[in-house]
Amino acid sequence: MSFFSSFQTLKSLGVLGMNARNVNYISKYNDRKLYPLVDNKLKTKLLAQKAGINTPKLFFTLSKQHDVGKLKEHLHGLDAFVLKPARGSGGKGILVITARENEKFIKSNGESVCIEVLMRHVTNILAGLYSLSGTPDIAICEDLIIADPLLKGYSYEGVPDIRIIIFRGYPVMAMLRLATKLSDGKANLHQGAVGVGINLQSAQASHAVMEQSKILLHPDTKNKLSEITIANWHELLELACKCYEMTHLGYLGADIVIDQNRGPMLLELNARPGLSIQVANAAGLVPRLQEIEKIQEIDPDPKKRIDFALSQNWF
Amino acid sequence: MMRYTFYFIITALVALGSFIAYERHQHTQIPLIPGQSKSVWLIEAKIEFEPEKKTPVLVSLNIPDQTPGYRLFFEQSSSAGYGFSTVSDNGQRRAQWSIREASSKQTLFYKIQIVQDDTSSSSQELEEISTAPRIIWTKAEELAKKDLLDKAFARSSNDETLTHELIKLFSSTSMQESSSLLLLNKTKIDVVNAILNEAGVKSRVAMGLYLEDARRNQSLTPMIEVYHQDRWILFDAHTAKQNIKEDFFLWHRGGSLIEVVGGFNAQVSFSMVKQNMPALELAMAHYDDSAFGLFSIHSLPIEEQSIFKMLLLLPMGALITVLMRLLIGIRTSGTFMPVLIAMAFLQTTLLPGLITFIMIVAVGLVLRSYLSYLNLLLVSRIATTIIIVIFIVIMASLVGYNLGFHTGMTVAVFPIIILAWTIERMSILWEEDGAKEVFIQGFGSLFVATLAYLVMQSSLVGHLSFNYPELNLVVLAFMMLMGRYTGYRLSELYRFREFKGN
Repeated sequence: MSFFSSFQTLKSLGVLGMNARNVNYISKYNDRKLYPLVDNKLKTKLLAQKAGINTPKLFFTLSKQHDVGKLKEHLHGLDAFVLKPARGSGGKGILVITARENEKFIKSNGESVCIEVLMRHVTNILAGLYSLSGTPDIAICEDLIIADPLLKGYSYEGVPDIRIIIFRGYPVMAMLRLATKLSDGKANLHQGAVGVGINLQSAQASHAVMEQSKILLHPDTKNKLSEITIANWHELLELACKCYEMTHLGYLGADIVIDQNRGPMLLELNARPGLSIQVANAAGLVPRLQEIEKIQEIDPDPKKRIDFALSQNWF
Repeated sequence: MMRYTFYFIITALVALGSFIAYERHQHTQIPLIPGQSKSVWLIEAKIEFEPEKKTPVLVSLNIPDQTPGYRLFFEQSSSAGYGFSTVSDNGQRRAQWSIREASSKQTLFYKIQIVQDDTSSSSQELEEISTAPRIIWTKAEELAKKDLLDKAFARSSNDETLTHELIKLFSSTSMQESSSLLLLNKTKIDVVNAILNEAGVKSRVAMGLYLEDARRNQSLTPMIEVYHQDRWILFDAHTAKQNIKEDFFLWHRGGSLIEVVGGFNAQVSFSMVKQNMPALELAMAHYDDSAFGLFSIHSLPIEEQSIFKMLLLLPMGALITVLMRLLIGIRTSGTFMPVLIAMAFLQTTLLPGLITFIMIVAVGLVLRSYLSYLNLLLVSRIATTIIIVIFIVIMASLVGYNLGFHTGMTVAVFPIIILAWTIERMSILWEEDGAKEVFIQGFGSLFVATLAYLVMQSSLVGHLSFNYPELNLVVLAFMMLMGRYTGYRLSELYRFREFKGN
């Protein structure tokens, strides 16, 4: 096995490169003035609520340093919640509290912390430590997602999420991201999470990778990854496709989680979705994107768009 | 249509940059390659005369003005106590020395430096012909002259060939009788010139020097110059050769070489020596006042020049970053941080620069890790890091100086704010993505910085970017073109290695 692919091989398989993604898709289909809609999770959330798209429940936001003192009051009565920056990237600055014991808060990794730690975390968020350009930020507190037990067994800590690439409102590729010990409960592939390619038609796992190499079992939970099937797949696709009408971004990555009680929910959107989804699916994006590009008029009905995408012989 | 506009702009930028550079090269002779040298002739005219007692003295020397094939770029006179000026008189340039009173034998020097220059136009326009003093011929001479002229006229078709034939006839044995009669008490040059003038040919006597290295006590050699088809043609009066050798330098045309009022026994002798001079310096010395000189960085004060010298290197450094990121896919900490580090390396040189950079960042990271516990706000944390970096730099300088490393002093050129931000970013990267990512990005940054340094410190790049700043338009066009590159990055061949062809 060689350590490199050749230019010709990648081209013939239609693998999308970083340069081509930036020039041919992102700068062409994503209007820059729309970026704040997705870079700011608070805006995305409010927009989604307006559009009737399911998102984790928003408890409160903190935007000023002197509000940090009121954190304890705000948290009154909340046992499980997530504190995160509105403009964080790559899962940075997300603090998950799963339970409360007297005055202590229990983090997702079992560590118990006091209110001061949470206050310092919020201070860091407000100062812009986790934001894309280091600019002052807003802290969001929202409801904790309780992972669907069907998928929970495949993930080590963290909540598995499903990334769907939406191009001009049509779904083109999907992958399930599972946290591992290596990724420290985060669902980012470059941090060591497992990426499972999901067949758009059958909702079944097609291929799985970790650290860009093919795997068959989850490294920590030892579950067979090929047995995964996502429930409520059409509902999930529809949720993702609606994000096109919501943001008007042509090239979009929608991150969706499945809550035990509330079903599929939009977690966040990404105007510059990564390319690893191709490795997880062992397929290139270019042929699919080109097929969608041929469409003259975009169907306003998300359901019809999904039907069109699923009728393509990409698979 | 956007596409065509884009490629039009690219083409226009390349064309404009190259055109200006070409024009500048043509006009200023600034060499395209650094370190080129040209041979320069230093010619010294020595005037000796004896002054008359108690009379003001005015010495006037005919000096070169337009010199086909050569360019004059430096002149100087050295003569203690004399007033000196150059004047234009009847189309000739003359150097004048004046003094109220002089005694004993006087020596004056006039020095010029000339350089071969093929573009220097030979005097195309018809200049004032300083006609030679009319010769009064005797009856016999008149006949001999007519005989020669008629023969030459019959054998020729125009002024050029007529001159050629006439000079040849003077040396041919068949016409020895006539020619020797004419040359009885006159020089051949004067006779030939007079005959040509009387026959209506525009001709004159030109005086020049044969350039030979390390010669002394040379005198000027006279030549016949004939105006034909809008240009002056030089003829050797002895051999009738038209193609005067390249090393013949025209000193003056017509008029007398030296005139002394208030003195006698004036003599002029020439000595010359060949020197090598950097071509760039030569171009600078001459073209300070041309249009290109006016709009070149050389017209700025030296202090500003050195700033621009650095600034103009930046595009090349940026280009390296663009190539490394878009073609290779190297990850760096901060997009253009490596270029700024490379700029600092230009002053510290590579190895001491690398060592100090790694040392400052390493020490900074250790101290910054303590700041993490203090839970400071971002701005004040970075400000704190800046102060820390300043102290590290001062310490490094002091330690370096006391240990006898002179390079310790240049540590201060590192951009402090950039270093502070680098430390801050690296530190967050370490906390969030682990040490591996820090080393990948740190190594990537230093690799790009080293490469940018090597390119920027190359003498060719430095020379071209400073002397031909318009070439940066070509660099700009290339960078814009790279902005449309949609091919794979080299790193992606590894990233997508799981994809295999059938």
